[in-house]
Amino acid sequence: MKPVSYVRARSVEEATAAHAGRGEARYLGGGTNLVDLMKLGVERPEVLVDITRLPLDQVEEQPDGALRLGATVRNSDLAAHPLLRDRYPVVSQAVLSGASGQLRNVATTGGNLLQRTRCAYFQDVSKPCNKRVPGSGCAALDGVNHDHAVLGHSPHCVATHPSDLAVALAAVDAVVELAGPGGGRAVPVTDFLRLPEDVPERDTVISHGELITAVVLPPLPPGSVSRYRKARERASYAFALASVAAVLRLEDGVVSHLGLAFGGLAHRPWRARRAEAALLGARPTPEAVARALDAELAEAVPLRDNAYKVSLARDLAAQVLGSLTATA
Amino acid sequence: MASQAHNAVGSPIERREGGAKVSGGALYATEYTPPGCVYAWLVTATVPKGRVASLDTAAALKVPGVLAVLTPDSAPRLADTDDATLAVLQNSEVPHHGWPVALAVAETLEAARAAAGSVGVAYETEPHESVLTEDPPGAYTPDEVNGGHPTERRRGDPEGRFAAAPVKIDARYRVPPLYNHPMEPHGATASWRDGRLTVYDTSQGADPVRAVLAQVFELPEERVTVVCEHVGGGFGSKGTPRPHVVLAAMASLHVRRPVKLALTRRQLTELVGHRAPTDHRLRLGAEPDGTLTSLIHEVTTHTSRIKEFVEQAAVPGRVMYAGANSLTAHRVAALDVPTPSWMRAPGEAPGMYALESAVDELACALAMDPIELRTRNEPDEEPDSGRPFSSRHLVECLREGAKRFGWAERDHRAGVRRSGAWLTGTGVAAATYPVLVSPSRATVTAHPDGLHVVRINATDIGTGARTVLAQIAAEALGVGAEAVRTEIGTTGLPKAPLAGGSSGTASWGWAVHEACRSLARRLHERSGPLPPEGLTASADTRGTADAESPYARHAFGAHFAEVGVDTDTGEVRVRRLLGVYAAGRILNPRTAGSQFIGGMVMGLGMALTEGGRVDPASGAFLGSDLAGYHVPAHADVPEVEAHWIDEEDAHLNPMGSKGIGEIGIVGTAAAIGNAVHHATGIRFRELPLTPDQVHAAGRGLV
Repeated sequence: MKPVSYVRARSVEEATAAHAGRGEARYLGGGTNLVDLMKLGVERPEVLVDITRLPLDQVEEQPDGALRLGATVRNSDLAAHPLLRDRYPVVSQAVLSGASGQLRNVATTGGNLLQRTRCAYFQDVSKPCNKRVPGSGCAALDGVNHDHAVLGHSPHCVATHPSDLAVALAAVDAVVELAGPGGGRAVPVTDFLRLPEDVPERDTVISHGELITAVVLPPLPPGSVSRYRKARERASYAFALASVAAVLRLEDGVVSHLGLAFGGLAHRPWRARRAEAALLGARPTPEAVARALDAELAEAVPLRDNAYKVSLARDLAAQVLGSLTATA
Repeated sequence: MASQAHNAVGSPIERREGGAKVSGGALYATEYTPPGCVYAWLVTATVPKGRVASLDTAAALKVPGVLAVLTPDSAPRLADTDDATLAVLQNSEVPHHGWPVALAVAETLEAARAAAGSVGVAYETEPHESVLTEDPPGAYTPDEVNGGHPTERRRGDPEGRFAAAPVKIDARYRVPPLYNHPMEPHGATASWRDGRLTVYDTSQGADPVRAVLAQVFELPEERVTVVCEHVGGGFGSKGTPRPHVVLAAMASLHVRRPVKLALTRRQLTELVGHRAPTDHRLRLGAEPDGTLTSLIHEVTTHTSRIKEFVEQAAVPGRVMYAGANSLTAHRVAALDVPTPSWMRAPGEAPGMYALESAVDELACALAMDPIELRTRNEPDEEPDSGRPFSSRHLVECLREGAKRFGWAERDHRAGVRRSGAWLTGTGVAAATYPVLVSPSRATVTAHPDGLHVVRINATDIGTGARTVLAQIAAEALGVGAEAVRTEIGTTGLPKAPLAGGSSGTASWGWAVHEACRSLARRLHERSGPLPPEGLTASADTRGTADAESPYARHAFGAHFAEVGVDTDTGEVRVRRLLGVYAAGRILNPRTAGSQFIGGMVMGLGMALTEGGRVDPASGAFLGSDLAGYHVPAHADVPEVEAHWIDEEDAHLNPMGSKGIGEIGIVGTAAAIGNAVHHATGIRFRELPLTPDQVHAAGRGLV
């Protein structure tokens, strides 16, 4: 039996010190993913640093109008927060489309970003998986890959990032605040989560000992509208086959701001910079939107079972942008 | 005595153990903890075919608290069994992914799990084939199919009449592997004392478990006690003893302590059976007026290498429609897969999905109302056997359902109802399920205090058996149901068949009814107070319940569905489901309604969300837990209505009832699929109708 020691941190400093000081350590938030993976033998930590008592459970408005989401704010509380619902509907909608009511009641903001892929091969310790055991191979590459990536994957890993929240955070240019033994830093969420390349075991750029303390949402451009949409295999408690988060601002019928991100397509939320650039300064006619999305998705490389994702994502995004254009 | 018994048959009384269940008081198989109980954890094969070359248990045996690691070398020898899936830890062969290769036993669950994880297993693998293809090499015609049905039935000249038919449908349908996934996973607590074996098991029948345990451990049945007091669903996967109960008993014998073993959700799908995938070719030929001239239903399915189970999916075609020219046939390929078994309405559920989809396609080809088409082909007698139906009210179900559903207002054109991105449609399908019944014993005792105690080893798998048996007894005795106590769920009681094949209530109720009638007669004949021990009567329905009937006996039903299809995402959402059943006399409307609705929800999952995936490389059922295998969530389940028509049938059993546990699933998937066609104008023929295929096919619809 592998013993696990448990530390209940009373401060951020204590948490990062406890995490950095020992061997294989994991922060414990809601535990909704970590504990599952421990039972499956996928995660085998030696130390659990419980951070749920840290004073990181508030949603606070910053002087510059930004919204700072504490890392331990529960998903349910986050989605229901009046400021979030009012100013960032895309984020609230994304949270509510994830998991189930019971899971959202315990899962945390920081934990949501750090959840692991639901690739079935990753979750089965008897199967090869470079993310779990670097160098062991990728069973999904030629296996059952219906749910896997079409963008940004590598021969080493074709997993997707499962979070809905992260997709919305990518679209609103959220920034992840980290505390660590060497001090703090802030990283845009789109850089925080990474593509697999040849180190698929690293989901994020977080360093040993570092702790997510907050996610900061910058103010959205005045007059912008936002929305999250997700396609899934059942109406609740299913991961995205594809999803879209979008923030749009029109001035005189012309796109003056667009944040567009896809979920379910890649190892991290896929910020559609190419489509954004194509539409910025243009009228978002259906034809222009289609051209922009085609340009974005041209680099998709579907696997055996998941070619459907490309057209699904394109149509979802076209629908979301169309509906936002109608209301902007 | 009251002439109209209170709360007797036909009353919607609540299930008796409901309070105990919702308050946690009802004990399930692995909630019994005998003194000294220890825990077992299974090690299962991670390769699809071959043998265990070596097992290294050294590290596992060092885990603190470990008592033993059972392997084929150390495990108790079992006597031969007819069921190869139960011959566990007897040799080093690996017939499929997930097969048990070792069992760790320890003082705690955690230690057992850790030890199991420390067992080193090396395999010698052989080439394997685990994926069912359209024309699998090695496919053969089995001698018979599940239920003892003939593998092939041919009447007239089906091919010739099909070729000559002015209107014809020739279509292929596919149903993927499906998992039973009852709420309560399979588990057992076993203990040996003085040469006696006592087992708490989760099974649909304690007597069959006892018989098998007695056989494999070479004991007289009297020395085996099996308790199945509460069972959290089975859907066929607990119909016969499964490996967990044999393993628990082996482990207990080995370590001389009571042992508890529970399978994980992922282990379930590879060890307790699944619905085998089926590939259907349906050919229907018809006259322009809708008269069927040919019905050909050919099914290809898989079984495992160690046990033949053939899903009898072509059998419903022998029951449903009139016509002199028919072929219904099965082929099966033995693959390197876990052994399939019963899952709610085996045969009928996948078979009627295909047949009723094809009938809908034919109605479209004929430009005819699908209800009218079915009505036109209503047979006077069972087409295959020529026997008269004991009762058949399919047309009445269709008409009653049509009225309640609002079918008359339906615009039969497909793909024309749009609201924004949504297309809506409605569909109908018929359902059928055979009437099965087995002999049973029962006793009933009248006590001086006015209580009547019914004893029968029936099993309540969540259906309300205790409750409905009390109602049957009350009616036969002429007393109120509250004056009847039912004792069920252990082999100490009179022998009874399992809860399966929608036959439990009919089989048990028949014996209970006979015993109670006998007691009532004796009570009537005597005077004076009852003796302190009460007065007991018993019944055994051997020779009556299993007598050959001159009638074809089936329940029928009609399913209606309304769906919305989101053309942006390809998501199909069911908006309404409505079922109307003709299933004899409904004994308890409340519990019967729950079973019908439960079947319909399971059919919704079959239609839209459920599909097992086989990993070609390892032969594993991948992502088979409840996060990866999508049974419907509450948000998927809309308004569901179950109704029934009053059906009197004197050729069934003394209660006049037909089984109701399975028919609810039978036509649901086809009704939903037909509604998706009506919504989109596109015919999908491969379940489940998930967004990937619906969206891809539906692009450009709006």
